[in-house]
Parts: sequence; structure tokens; C-alpha cells
Amino acid sequence: MKKWNLVVDVERCNNCNNCFLVVKDEHGGNDFPGYAAPQPAKGARWFRVERQERGVAPMIDASHYPVACNHCDDAPCMNAETAGVITKRADGIVLIDPVRAKGRKDIVGMCPYGHIHWNDELQLPQNWIFEAHLLDQGWKEPRVSQVCPTGAIEAVKVEDAAMAERAAREGLRTLRPELGAKPRIYYRNFDRVDKIFIGGSLAEIRDGVEECAEGVQVELWLNGERLATTTTDTFGDYKFDGLEPDSGEYEVRLAAERFAEGLPAKLRPAKSEYLGLGRLG
Amino acid sequence: MDMKSLRLKATLVGLTYLFRMKAKSSATFRAHLEKRDCVVQIRLKDNSIARYYVFEGGKVVSRSGLHPNPQATMMFKDVDTAVTLLTPPVNYAETVHAGKNFRVILMGDDEVIAWFMKLANKIETDGWRYGEPMSDGSIRYTQMTNGGPLHVYVKDDKIIRTNIVEFTDDDQCGWTMTARGRSFSPRKKGLVAPHALSMKANVYSDKRLLYPMKRVDFDPNGERNPQNRGKSGYVRISWDEALDIVSNEIVRQKQVHGPGAIALAHPSHHQWGNVGYYLSAMMRFGNAVGVTRVVLNPDSWEGWYWGAMHHYGNSMRLGATGGYGTLEDALQNCELMVYWSSDPESQFGAYAGTETSERRLWAKELGIKTVHINPHYCPTASFVGGKWLPIRPGTDTAMALAIMNVWIKEGLYDRWFIENRTTGFEEWKEYVLGVTDGVDKTPEWQAVETGISAREVRALAREWGRKKTYLGCGVNGGGFGGACRNASGIQWARAMVMLMAMQGWGKPGVNFGNLTTGAPVDLEFYFPGYGEGGISGELMATGSATNNYVRMPHLPSVNPVQQSIPRQRLPEAILDGFAEGYFLDPMAAENQMRPFFYPSPGYSKVHMLYKYGASYMSTINGSSRFERMYQSPELECVVSQAIWMEGETQFADVILPACTQFERFDIGEWSNSGGFGLHWTGQLNHRVIALQHKCIEPLGESKSDYQIFWDICKRLGLGTYYSEGSSEEDWVQRVYKSTDLPKHISWKKFLRKGYFVVPPETDGRKAGVDMRWFYEGRPKDLPEPYPLPAGYSGRFLHGLQTQSGKFEFVPNSLKRLQGNEDRPPVLQYTRAFEGPHATDLYAKYPLQLLIAHQRFSFHTAQDGKSSAVNDVLDHRVLKDGHYYHIVRVARGDAVARGIAHHDLVRVFNDRGSVICAADVTERMAPGIAHSYESSALYEPIDGPGTPDLGGSMNLLSPDRMQARGTVASAGSLCLVQIEKWERPEGLVAPQEQREFAS
Ligand code: SF4
Ligand code: SF4
Repeated sequence: MKKWNLVVDVERCNNCNNCFLVVKDEHGGNDFPGYAAPQPAKGARWFRVERQERGVAPMIDASHYPVACNHCDDAPCMNAETAGVITKRADGIVLIDPVRAKGRKDIVGMCPYGHIHWNDELQLPQNWIFEAHLLDQGWKEPRVSQVCPTGAIEAVKVEDAAMAERAAREGLRTLRPELGAKPRIYYRNFDRVDKIFIGGSLAEIRDGVEECAEGVQVELWLNGERLATTTTDTFGDYKFDGLEPDSGEYEVRLAAERFAEGLPAKLRPAKSEYLGLGRLG
Repeated sequence: MDMKSLRLKATLVGLTYLFRMKAKSSATFRAHLEKRDCVVQIRLKDNSIARYYVFEGGKVVSRSGLHPNPQATMMFKDVDTAVTLLTPPVNYAETVHAGKNFRVILMGDDEVIAWFMKLANKIETDGWRYGEPMSDGSIRYTQMTNGGPLHVYVKDDKIIRTNIVEFTDDDQCGWTMTARGRSFSPRKKGLVAPHALSMKANVYSDKRLLYPMKRVDFDPNGERNPQNRGKSGYVRISWDEALDIVSNEIVRQKQVHGPGAIALAHPSHHQWGNVGYYLSAMMRFGNAVGVTRVVLNPDSWEGWYWGAMHHYGNSMRLGATGGYGTLEDALQNCELMVYWSSDPESQFGAYAGTETSERRLWAKELGIKTVHINPHYCPTASFVGGKWLPIRPGTDTAMALAIMNVWIKEGLYDRWFIENRTTGFEEWKEYVLGVTDGVDKTPEWQAVETGISAREVRALAREWGRKKTYLGCGVNGGGFGGACRNASGIQWARAMVMLMAMQGWGKPGVNFGNLTTGAPVDLEFYFPGYGEGGISGELMATGSATNNYVRMPHLPSVNPVQQSIPRQRLPEAILDGFAEGYFLDPMAAENQMRPFFYPSPGYSKVHMLYKYGASYMSTINGSSRFERMYQSPELECVVSQAIWMEGETQFADVILPACTQFERFDIGEWSNSGGFGLHWTGQLNHRVIALQHKCIEPLGESKSDYQIFWDICKRLGLGTYYSEGSSEEDWVQRVYKSTDLPKHISWKKFLRKGYFVVPPETDGRKAGVDMRWFYEGRPKDLPEPYPLPAGYSGRFLHGLQTQSGKFEFVPNSLKRLQGNEDRPPVLQYTRAFEGPHATDLYAKYPLQLLIAHQRFSFHTAQDGKSSAVNDVLDHRVLKDGHYYHIVRVARGDAVARGIAHHDLVRVFNDRGSVICAADVTERMAPGIAHSYESSALYEPIDGPGTPDLGGSMNLLSPDRMQARGTVASAGSLCLVQIEKWERPEGLVAPQEQREFAS
């Protein structure tokens, strides 16, 4: 049985919010019996775009990525108390019955991802339904991927085994795997969100003038081992990316026994760090 | 009797039967027939042939001869004319010609004529079927918006959804571009801007104006209480009353005050389409009535118009570049892209939606390096990454000078180009090196100004000097939006073109662009842009004369009132009774130097303001001036024709509710502005032309703009002149017929399908690369009729539109400018009047606030209307039931002020206060804050001067011009202070603050 998944590429998202807006467009004022009751007019971000900033000016990056109900295979929201209220379809889509769920505010807290939204007016818990009503009418993909201008969202309908294989091959990740919920939304380049970097800039004096120090080898050490080496760019900038936060005491030093102001530097980063400018000695 | 006379007689008799048959077969025709009892006479001037038609209770009978008292008469000069005009299909060329030369005259009651013309047209139009039925019982219509084409699904007269258009096998689309061994193709669908996808919510917004209204204490025949505008609230009135007030006032103004007393002003583009547009239906109306025009300054081009064009021409593009062929050239040849105050991911090249986003990923995949020179780590920087140089706003010219300084000293510029294609370089060089003023413009010198280290600027200069570099400026990469709109905009744009000239502008891989422009679409397929005047018939103030007027026969229209007010100075014109302006006249660079004055000799001052759309409060700098203007007794009557209750609507005496474009017919092409923006369709992956279906009936009692203008005209006896008897549907077909569409898609199919994709350009037929011809010394080979033939100093098509025909480092035109202190021929870096160097002011207001073009709303069109964009996390923040506008504050500045993320803050200076929600971010350099202009709301807590909860940031911006002798606005940057703000106890939610009767 082929099932629906989303593959999100963090690097391709420009935060245009087209995905967010079409879900508002689809469910604003529209009732789809058997699928979803109308969305509240205000708030209600069933499908929303998150932002992550790393570093400090001037060495920063900012990433955006959509999040929504993950249509988990081992969904914490599906339990004894929601039997017959929350159901999983054969194509993987998780629906909250808009009739039987009436008044069940307790359901909201059952999603550890925070993707069940309370509709106060209708007294209903609601999730993003993968536009199942449209897929059932023959639409080729949900609207969120259809309107995404850059391919940051791809909707794929494949066998679970094929999806698992693809995830392994492409290094796709799901959110909070420790929950064991088996989400069906996969992320590529999620390192941009949950990994950190250490960066800095180097300058040198040439002919009495301060210049960017290009082509200097910089090393990153952890627990007495050299983890990585990089070379400064035209602007004298260097960056070690993809580090786990709070993963130990790192040391940034120059190769070939060179030194710069402030380097070597030791740090235990919990978030991305810009070490600022070091002048080569 | 001759054959023609017999034929005419037969036709007149036949018409009766045609009406009867149609009434039998069509319910809608019958319904129209039943609307009116009247007598219509058709006759020849000498009465030799005459027949009249008696309509009564939905029945029609006709009799030969003259009726003593017909309500409407159609009189033909002779048999020939009558036969030609009455033989279907309508031959508009003959009809308009006959009308202009008094060979056909319509006389009588305008309403009856309008009804009868519609009846006659309905014989054909009634059979029109439009939209595609869907399996779920809905009908799918098509629309075109500022942000792109939409499919609109409608059921039971309600919009279910709006969606993008995915192309099918029926559409000829797609192209492939190869670069460095890779191939790239666009997606086969229309990639729209986010604001396009919030249109449904906009249509059903609770801010919609659904009934005509009158300010409660406005009595057109008694006390008008102008001082209460913006305060007193409204009562609902009937259309009859509203139209009476407005048409009576038009007559009163003309008779009491004389010509010029009525001013007509329009806002930024809130809707799309060639018929119901301000340059179309509104212009036609204004000309028919005779108005003082409130004329635009080149808002989004400022620095390019008043500055850059003097160096290289392109006056017809207001000093911006054409961008032809630059997409392919950049992908194939360039090695470095510098985005200098350029954020295409936010402003979408103006109208191109998200069509161009993926191209930036292509460039990234090709390894093209990127630098962003911008005080804001903007969405484009976030998306593509690269080196960020967080420059201090307004100091960009200093950095540009230092880059040139390095190039000169290290020989990193194109000497051949300088020698062969430019003039004045030696004089320029002396300034850059400090020979003339003793200040060597070194990287160290600029560091003090810009806050960017000398070593980084040197590194950038060297990288740039050695690599083939694309320079992206503003929204579409070559001169629109961005830093050209602040107080230093003229300097900046001038410096940008000089940078390019030093690197051999036009050489492969060296050009202006940010991948937004220059896609391989067929540029020569004819469909007029909105700048071509639509149905206006205005031949001077629009681009109509070139193609549109020739291709679509319609009556010309002329505004006899030679009095204008510069939009930047409208408040002063009303309040002080005087204003000085400079024309936005693209024909030649010199024309901008010509001043004009209000009042114009012999004309009345303005005492009535007819406002079409409402956005001034938040789109025009120093906008608190408008509040004072509106409360002036000089304005005896203010009419607002608007779709929504926006910040400015609330100052009107009479509100005429217009419907959205989803509730009326129109026709339009995506991103086709024509005129100054000729070939902006080249930003798109595919040209898409839409028949803009009327998807639903107008909400409430709202009416289309065209219908409102027509209805007023009818009361002035101008109805038939204004409409030519054509409904909007008729006009849409007339536009269609004037284009290349009929060669590719039948009217019937176009009506049903709703759009047409222009097949992409084939390889051998693509446009050349912008400026390549100049670089290579060939005659100009681009498909733009710019400059005008006389604009060449030498041979036609040879050289640039400058006196020398070359790029002029020291422009001859500026040498001839009288009083050129603020625009010296040799560019000089001067510190902005409102920046860190304005010592006293800076001590009080130590934050530089950037006010950029909106990202999630097209000007005010989608913002603040309880539409979905309000909930976009980067647009507004919901707190205590109110959506607050966002101000982005650097983390350090926020911490120092005790401001946390999403705290409410007061952003203020001497001009006013705006309450915003703070977005605390690392994406601003310290000392700099950022917000978008064009809030649709203006909600002062307690009257003028009190803090605005709506987010109209332009209350804070300066009304001073960039330079004397210009009307170059400087609104995108100002000094402010920001402090934490607590909502006072008991303050009502402003959404509900201003009750208006319904
Ligand atoms: S994301 Fe939450 S609501 Fe959705 S399936 Fe998983 S647990 Fe349930
Ligand atoms: S539509 Fe695509 S690019 Fe736009 S915000 Fe959503 S995921 Fe990102």
C-alpha cells in the first residue's frame, strides 16, 4: 500500500508562506464533512513556517521550514481515549473526526508536537488533514506542495519500505525521533536548524595595512582529537558547521603553529558562536 | 428604393424578431428586457427611414415612422453608416469613427441608452459561457492579480478556494537553459506571491465596504463639518443619494469655483486588469469630467530617475535597466553576485510572484558566490546565504567610492571600456582619489561612514575587480526599490551605475541583475500592459498612443485642466495653497528639471478631492500631513471610491463601495505593466494572460469601479461618451481583439478556459543581453523602442541616450541643470540629513528605521483586512485580539531597552508614534530597525498625533525631498527611538473602534 509522506528541504524554503496561506484558504469558511470543519478565522496555524536563526551579526544564517501534523504511524494522539475519534487511513493520513471529536479539548494536549489546534467556536480539536478531501477527489498532491515555488515541499506517495530507503539514502530526518511517533514528514538539511556552527574571521597586516587573511588553515579540536580543518575565504571568514549543541569542549586553533589574537579558543557551545575577528600574530 | 435602404429597413424590422427570439431562449436576456419600459427610436438624420421600438413588460413591438416622444434615439447620418453599424458583428473601427464624426448620434436618457445598448450587445454576449465545471460541482474561474494568476473555485456564488494555475498539455510551456554543463527548467505552473493566495479572505473581509455611506455630520446642502473628518462615523445611504451628492458636487465645484476645483487622486495598485484600472476606467472618467491631476513622483525608482539616468540614459525606464537576457548570461558567465540593497524574495520583482526564487538556488548550485550589502539580513540573504556586510543605512555611496578607489589604485577596472565607451573618467578619478577635495576615498575613509571594515571592503573590491560580477540593486536587480528611496538614494543609484561602467557593463557575466529578469519568454507577442492606458483613450499621460489606441478602436479622451499637484505635496497644496513639483516625464532626462506650480495660472484651487482607493496614510512619507489636509475647510467635499475601509477611507465625506476584481470582468496579463516597465513579463518563466472572470456577484451593494464611474457620468449626460455603450464584458472582448490572442486562442475557448500561456521564445529568437550591443559597439538590438529616435545624439541606434552617446561619469545634463548643488555633475558623497551625523537628532532618536516595500501585501491591498496574511508570523502579531504591525529590532538594542520578542513597543520620533510588536532578531545590525510600509490601517488611539495602533510607519518618515529641484521622496529611512509599551487599561480593541452603520 502506498502512503503519503512529505519531504521538506530546509535549504529550499524561502519563507514565502504560500503553504501556510493555502491551508488558510482551503479551510477558511469551508466545511468538509468527514474530513474537517472550518478553521477559525484568526490564529489557527495548522500548517506553519518556523524560523531558526543561528549566530550573531555579521555571521549568521536564518532558516525556515514548515511544520504541521506529522501523520505519525505510532501517533501518541491515537490511543484508547481517542479510539474511533482519531483514525489513520490506509494511505497514512491521520484524521480527527469533526463530529465525534466535539468538545474533546483533552485531545489537544495529546500531540507532543503541538499540532492539534483548538477551535473554540466549534469546540473541536483540529489538525492539518494533508488535504485528504482533495486527494480523494483525484488531486495529484496536497496544495502545500503544489504551491511551493522552490520544491521545498515534496509530497510523495510510496510504500513505507521505499520511503525508509529514501530517507536513509538522502539523510532525511523526522522531528523528535526520540518520541518514537514515526512521523511521515521528513526533513532534508535539518542540520541548518538543530546543529550549530563555530565561526570567526581572521585579519593580518600586510604592508602596514589590515587585510582579510585568506587561505589560512583553521582546525577544530574536540577531546584532543582534530575534528575538522577548514580554510578562510576571501573575507578571512571560517566556519565549522554541523556540530551538536552542548557536545563538549571544542578548541579552535590555527594550523601550522600559527597564532591569532584570541586563538586558540576553547568553548563549550550550546548555540552557534561567532568568535569575532582575530588578527594573525 | 436602393438596395441599401431596403436592407436597412429589413434589419430594423428584423431587430424586433431578434429581441423576441432571444427573449424566448435566454432567461438572462428576458430578465434584462423586463427591467425597463421605454421607447427607442432608430432613424436616419433626414427621417427618410425611421422605426421605433416599444418595450413594455418584457415585450417588444416596433413600428415604422417617428415616435413623438422616444426616451432614446439612435440617429444615423445616412444609410451607409446605418447599414455598416447595424450589421453584426460590431465593427468598432467603423462605429467609433462614425461616433467621432457625428455620423451616429445617441440622444436621450443615458440610463435608457445604456439599457438598450446592453440589450443589443446581449444578443451576442448572452451566449458566452465561461469557466470550467469541476467534478465537485464547483466552477473554476480564472483571475489575474498583482501576485500572479489564480484559479478560483466557486460554488453557490461563493468562492471556495483560490489556487495557482498548473499548466496542462494544452499549454505550450517550458524551456531549458544550459549553464556550465547543467540544465535548468522552470516549473510548469504559475508561481504566485503569497499575497495572491490570501485574496479569498480579502474578498470576504469584514473591512469590505458594502453600502454607499455618508459621514453623519456632512450635509452637502448645509454644514459640512470638514474638521470632523476621520472622527464622526458614517450612515448608510442609497446609491441614488450617493450618486446625486457626488454628481451635484461635481457640477457645483465647476460652476462655483471653475476649472481645476476637482482633484482626482489614485493610490498604488490595489487590483489588476486592463479595464477596471486607475490608468484605464478612472483616467477616462477624470478626463470626461476635467480634473486637477494628483501626479506621481517615481516613488520606487527615485534615485535612478533623478540620478542614474543622467549618466547613461534609459529615461523611458525612469533610469532603470532593461535586464534583457541577463538570466542566461548570469547563470552561464557570472562568478560573483552582489545584492546591494536588493531583496527579490521580499518584493518579487514587483509583480512576478515567486517565479524567480528557484533561479537563486540554481545559481547556488552552480557555485556562484554571493555578497549582500544590506543593513538587514533580508529574506533573500536568508534564502541564498553568502557574505553579509551590514552597512549603516544611507552610507552606501561611501562604500561604492572606496571600491572604485581600490580599483583605480590597483588597476582592477576595464580600461578599454573606460577609454572607448565613457567620458569624464579623469575628472571622476580625481574626486575618488581626493585630488579635487583633499579626501582620498579609501576603504579606511568609508569605514567611518559605513561601519564596514576597510579590510572587508578591500577584499570585496578585489574579488569584484577580478571576477565577472553581477550587481543586483533593488527589487528586480536593476533599479527599482531598495536604497534609491532614502535620502541618499540619488547618490547611491549614481554610484551603482558608475561601478558597473568601471567593470565593462555589458560584457559577458558583467551586468545589473539578481536573476529576476531576462527569462526567455516571447517579448514580441502583443498584449498591452496596464501602463498602456486600457480603455482610457488618454494619449498623453499613458502609453496608449503607441499600440493600444491604434489596435483597439475607442474614443480618445483629453483632460483640459492643465493643473497638477505633485502627490508628495498634496497636503501642502491644500493647506498652504501652494506647491511646487517636477514632472515625471520619461521622454528625456532634461524634462525632470522643469518645475510646475500649483495653482496653475488661471485655474481654481482644489476644493473637492475624489479619491480612488485609499493608501496614502501608510504609503506616502510624512503621512500625518494627510490627516491635517483632510480636516481642512479648503476641501469642501471628499469622495472615496474604495473597496475596503482602510486607513485613509475614514476621512471621506461620501464613500462609494467598489467591488473587488473577483466580482467583475476584466482582462490582464501577469506582470505586464508596459510603459516604464516595458517587458517586465521577462521576469516570468511564462507569460500568462487571463480572462479575469467575474467569479461571484458583487458583495452587498458594491459595484465595479467602471460601473460607478459610468453611473456618475450618466447623471452628467456623459454616460454614452464614457461607456461607448460597452459593458465590462464588451470591453474585455474589445481588448482581446486588439491583441495577438485571437491568432492563438478563440474567444470562445479563452472565455471558458480563462487563460493563455504565450509559448516560450525559441533559441534563435531570444532578445540580446542588455548593454551587450553597447559594449561591443554595435547598433542597439534590443526590442525596446527606447530611447526615442531623437534621443540619440549620433546615428539612430548608436550609443546611449546621453549627450556624448557614451556613459558619462560627469553627466552633461547635470552640468546644464540650474541650481545643481544637491545633484553636482561630479557625484559627491554627502551624509544623509537624517542619520547618525545629524548629531542632536541622533542623540534623541538613536535608531535608524528602514521602511521597506511590503512582502506579504501588495502595498495596502491585502494587509489588515482580517485576511490570512495577518496570521503570517513575519507579517503581524496577534496580541489581545489585535494584529500589530512588526518592527524588527537587533537583539542588543532590544535587550538594552528591556524589550522581549513580541513585546509591544512604541516606535516614535518628533513626527509621531506607532505601536508595533517587536521581532527581536540577529538579522539587524545594531542601531538599525526594520519595518514594512503600507499598513492598511491607521488607528490613532485618540485622534491626531496620538500613537497609531495600525502600523502606518510612514507617519515617522521625513517629507523632505532627497534633493532640491526634485520631488524625490526620501521615505524609506528615518531616525526613531523605540521603547516598551503597555496597552493602557480599558483601551478598546481598535478593530472594532470605528463603528460604521450598516
Ligand atoms: S503530529 Fe500530533 S496530531 Fe499529528 S499524528 Fe502525530 S501525534 Fe497525532
Ligand atoms: S511554500 Fe515552500 S518555500 Fe514557501 S514557505 Fe512553504 S515550504 Fe517554504
